[in-house]
Amino acid sequence: MDSDMRSDPVITCRNLTRRFGDVVAVDGLTLDIHSGEVFGFLGHNGAGKTTTVRLLNGILTPSDGTASVLGFDPAGQGPSLRRSTGVLTETPSLDERLTAKVNLQIYAELYDVPVACVASRVDELLEVFELSDRAGEKVSGYSKGMKQRLALARALLHRPALLFLDEPTTGLDPVAARRVHETIRQLSDEEHRTVLLCTHNLVEAQKLCDRVAVLGHGRLLALGTPAELVHQLGCRLRLEIEVAPDEVGTALDLLNSALTSATPTHENGVITLTGAEREAIPRVVSLLATAGVRVYRVAPQEPSLEDVYFALHDQLAWSRPNGKRGSSMSGHPRTAAEGLKGLWEVTA
Amino acid sequence: MNWRSIRAIVRKDLRVVFQNKGVSIPLIVLPVLVLGVMPGLAALVPRFQDLPGAGLTEIGDFVQRLPSGLRAELAGYNEAQTLIVVLLVYLLAPMYLVLPLMVASVIAADSFAGEKERKTMEALLYTPTTDGELLLAKMLSAWLPALGIAWGGFILYGIVVNAAAWSTMGRIFFPNTMWVILALWVAPAIAGMGLGTTVLVSARAETFQEAYQVGAIVVLPIVLMVVGQATGVMYLSTWLVGLVGLVLWAVDVVLLWVGGRKFRRTELATRM
Repeated sequence: MDSDMRSDPVITCRNLTRRFGDVVAVDGLTLDIHSGEVFGFLGHNGAGKTTTVRLLNGILTPSDGTASVLGFDPAGQGPSLRRSTGVLTETPSLDERLTAKVNLQIYAELYDVPVACVASRVDELLEVFELSDRAGEKVSGYSKGMKQRLALARALLHRPALLFLDEPTTGLDPVAARRVHETIRQLSDEEHRTVLLCTHNLVEAQKLCDRVAVLGHGRLLALGTPAELVHQLGCRLRLEIEVAPDEVGTALDLLNSALTSATPTHENGVITLTGAEREAIPRVVSLLATAGVRVYRVAPQEPSLEDVYFALHDQLAWSRPNGKRGSSMSGHPRTAAEGLKGLWEVTA
Repeated sequence: MNWRSIRAIVRKDLRVVFQNKGVSIPLIVLPVLVLGVMPGLAALVPRFQDLPGAGLTEIGDFVQRLPSGLRAELAGYNEAQTLIVVLLVYLLAPMYLVLPLMVASVIAADSFAGEKERKTMEALLYTPTTDGELLLAKMLSAWLPALGIAWGGFILYGIVVNAAAWSTMGRIFFPNTMWVILALWVAPAIAGMGLGTTVLVSARAETFQEAYQVGAIVVLPIVLMVVGQATGVMYLSTWLVGLVGLVLWAVDVVLLWVGGRKFRRTELATRM
């Protein structure tokens, strides 16, 4: 979605906060989500994603701050709001003792689908999600992927303008996950529905989301398009260098002596330098070539949402009173400061 | 009130309950025992009067120990008839109340705590139903079947006892006024008490079993009635039954008011 063409926001949060006793699950969340966007909420377990979805649907009330969703105040107008939202919960939350068809029929009535349309709408969704053949079977006999598809069908029964999908592909095989991805894109691109996607899956978020918000301990750590976040956080390239197998040691020695603030790593004969600037590539190649190292491949990897995510969480860990220096989320022995700043430079 | 949503939830809950054999089998077996087997056997007791050690000679002593009000009501019956009336009209009456109580408690436990246990509550909370509609639907899911069993059972019990005791009584002796009040006034109230208690317990309980077992404490008043009558301390007079019903309705109002305050989306979502 082109950010310049955004319409009025369908979700507006201002300092939205939710506490459970001493625990602050959502901490001063302020953001706008626009019509037709696929918006990603990224964060670890306990980051506040699911609580935010509950607040935005009026099944939890905020401790502080306000929210407006599709023009409704979720805290005071929940029933009216929920007529226009569909939610895929983290667990499918299906009545497993009932058949798929009965599950959908009951929820069609709960979502006030016109009586005359219930049967056709249920059949249509069973067909779309390829469940027609087993529509009469109890859900308890379904695979995880089938349950997830059925739960997604249930969320779409009443053609909601706004869809909340909490970990929609967790536990799905790649084929089923791709099918869900296609459905989400179709909902946004062809049906212009707004989708709020909560996920841990960074590849999924990068692939599907127009914008993402990264949450950590209930706080908004970053907000923007994946490209904007990479730019904002100054994430740099990851450089893979493949040299002749018998010269890996020489190359590592050269790079180690030339780099001031980062240690190159190597695995299976491939040297990886994290945090490179584009301008450094010719200098690294020159350094190795001058020393007579046979360089077979130099592959710069563009920074991904994953890099942004880990950098942000490293920063968060660093900023917490009990944050442990060096125990970064990425598994690399980096400090938070290193995660955010340039990691290496080549001495002249 | 969106009655379409309420009907949908009631239908869903009942379908789910009756798919669970652990719930549905007791719901079938207990009424058969209480309404069919027990009164049938009790009605046959006078026929064994000729068996050694089973005569009715002690009945007179037993009647003398009964409360005076009940003795007055039994005046005019011979010893065999007295035994029938005491057993079928008075002693088994509290057992009849177990039915609506148990049905309401079992279904409510499955509907409230069971839904939590199966993790199906969250999807319901995201629907446009209001908290009031959701609570009402869930209460009706448990209360209406309990009422059905109570009133259907009352009719069945009447047919069974009149038929089984016909040779001894020679006329239709059931129901009396006390039983009509018991069925129409007390049974719905005691179902409400089972329901209200289970709603309260379910707010904390994590599983169906936990909710049902803790909620079973409501059977105590019935046990007291059985013991009280068997020991001759009390008997279920028309006035007492009316009063018991009044107290139960009052308890229901309190239980449901408190339970209703706990059964709110925001409360439920906090515990998910």
